[in-house]
Amino acid sequence: MGDVTATAGTYGRLVGGRIRADWQYRTSFVLFLVGQSLVAGFEFASLAVLLANVDALAGWSALEVAFLYGVSGLAFGVADLFISQVETAAVHIKAGTFDHFLVRPLGPLLQLSAAEFAPRRLGRSVQPAIVLAVVLGRLDVDWTAAHVTLVPLTIASAVVIYGAIWVATSSIAFWTVETQEIANSFTYGGNELTSYPIDVLGRWLRRAVTFVVPLASIAYLPACELFAKPLPFGLPRAAAWAGPIVAVVAVAAAGTIWRTAVRHYRSTGS
Amino acid sequence: MAPIIELERVAKTFAVRHRAGRLRRQRHEVHAVDDVSFTVDPGAMVGYIGPNGAGKSTTVKMLIGILLPSRGTVRVDGRDPSRHRIAVASRIGVVFGQRTQLWWDLPLIDSFALLRHVFRVPAARHAATLATLVDLLGLGPFLATPVRQLSLGQRMRGELAAALLHEPPILFLDEPTIGLDLVAKEAVRSFLAHRNREAGTTVLLTTHDLVDVERLCDRILIIDRGRVIEDGTVDGIKARYGTERTLVVDLEAPLPPVAIEGAAVLRVEGPRQWLRFHRDAHTAADLIARVAALAPVRDVAIEEPAIEDVVRHIYGR
Ligand SMILES: Nc1ncnc2c1ncn2[C@@H]1O[C@H](COP(=O)(O)OP(=O)(O)O)[C@@H](O)[C@H]1O
Ligand SMILES: [Mg+2]
Repeated sequence: MGDVTATAGTYGRLVGGRIRADWQYRTSFVLFLVGQSLVAGFEFASLAVLLANVDALAGWSALEVAFLYGVSGLAFGVADLFISQVETAAVHIKAGTFDHFLVRPLGPLLQLSAAEFAPRRLGRSVQPAIVLAVVLGRLDVDWTAAHVTLVPLTIASAVVIYGAIWVATSSIAFWTVETQEIANSFTYGGNELTSYPIDVLGRWLRRAVTFVVPLASIAYLPACELFAKPLPFGLPRAAAWAGPIVAVVAVAAAGTIWRTAVRHYRSTGS
Repeated sequence: MAPIIELERVAKTFAVRHRAGRLRRQRHEVHAVDDVSFTVDPGAMVGYIGPNGAGKSTTVKMLIGILLPSRGTVRVDGRDPSRHRIAVASRIGVVFGQRTQLWWDLPLIDSFALLRHVFRVPAARHAATLATLVDLLGLGPFLATPVRQLSLGQRMRGELAAALLHEPPILFLDEPTIGLDLVAKEAVRSFLAHRNREAGTTVLLTTHDLVDVERLCDRILIIDRGRVIEDGTVDGIKARYGTERTLVVDLEAPLPPVAIEGAAVLRVEGPRQWLRFHRDAHTAADLIARVAALAPVRDVAIEEPAIEDVVRHIYGR
């Protein structure tokens, strides 16, 4: 435990170092922030228009869709803030600078996350967080203790699952460097998918999404439970609680892939 | 005394793909390190030298846990660095001459503060070590300067301090003097010598500059095409390969080149002549006597072979 605290402290210091370094170029930082806020504002407006005009999407109300958006968007935002940096492994591999992470007594993933930390990504979570806060009070849900815990549990599991996908797909870079696009389409595509009820997708894709890529557990199954809808494929209600289990499995798999990948690191000839 | 660095039959092969024709890609293997074995005792200072592409950096990267050997075993401080990377990392210091490990946009002192946390050095201990290093390396005047604004020589001194803040017993340096001017090179060398003498730090350094080796190392390993082709002391290797010495004689008066069997006159400059001779053909005393028999001699000097020449001779075989 003391070890975890110390590691978290070191992580915080390294992030602080990164932020201070970025502060050297504050003009571009401020400009970027202004741009981001404008984009977020437009997105928010269009979402509001969409929700006001679409009453029901495949049997889901606008509020329910907004809940799905809020949960998966917030989880994605948090994973984006802390874990998406793993994509830059490709850059460090190409430049050979990944070397430095390996000669320090800290996990390379942690160092990468700190070294490439970008506070501006915080912006990604703001909008879904607001949507979620607004929507939660208005949804017609029987707020039992179990249902109350299901929401944060789902978000936490989703963060972990997104993170695991990011780590696993970014690991490919250790074998072939030019893979940043692959990892990107995977995770960003995944976010789109969980933002809408999977009923709108084809039957085949639905099956794939529920069972093959268990992204559905991220928001859809818990939402069915909360809104008292039947789960797809006659799944038992307990399946709505599968998030943490999927998260644990995803972390174990991603961890194995990442460690194998790091052992394949070949540096660069100098 | 158990060795602190051990390599046994170590090899590293890289598979390299390159375009052959429009679509075809060809794969071939580069044997960067090919069967290298040696051990280093604690407190030794070893020069690992060889021409470009010989496999020096690859060897170092296997020793510090960056690369997994394709074959053979590596041990640093009794552990396999690729399996116990984190444990080994806190026992070694690493300097790459070609790349910085410091935080580029931050003042030098900030890198040191961050490294203290990364290596979990207690604050009091860190303060004492840092004070010593700042003093020895003369870092004081530019501690507050962002690393990107430092001269190469200043930065390299910063890198040395950064590598030693956690007081590792082993230091690996890959081309630490590359690109430095003479003054900066000398600063790095005298610091390394001091560190080795005072703290007993084991040092393994790769270099192109044989002056580094001559100034610092008790032992040199010469590597070529992934294999160690020589292992010995600087003097030993010179004695073995530096078979050609040069006698410089100052005669009383200018003369045409003296003719002595087994000695070739390289140069004549007024009364001074340079005679190259084979260690086996003449002793120095014998050759001086022969010159003196031909003409009055005012002064003599013997030039030993430079390590550069010896190494060139070895590569040339
Ligand atoms: N990451 C790598 N991928 C492919 N080939 C490499 C890599 N690293 C080194 N090599 C090759 O291995 C050989 C040895 O390289 P290196 O150890 O860097 O030599 P040195 O440091 O002695 O100059 C060279 O032929 C180099 O091109
Ligand atoms: Mg090299």
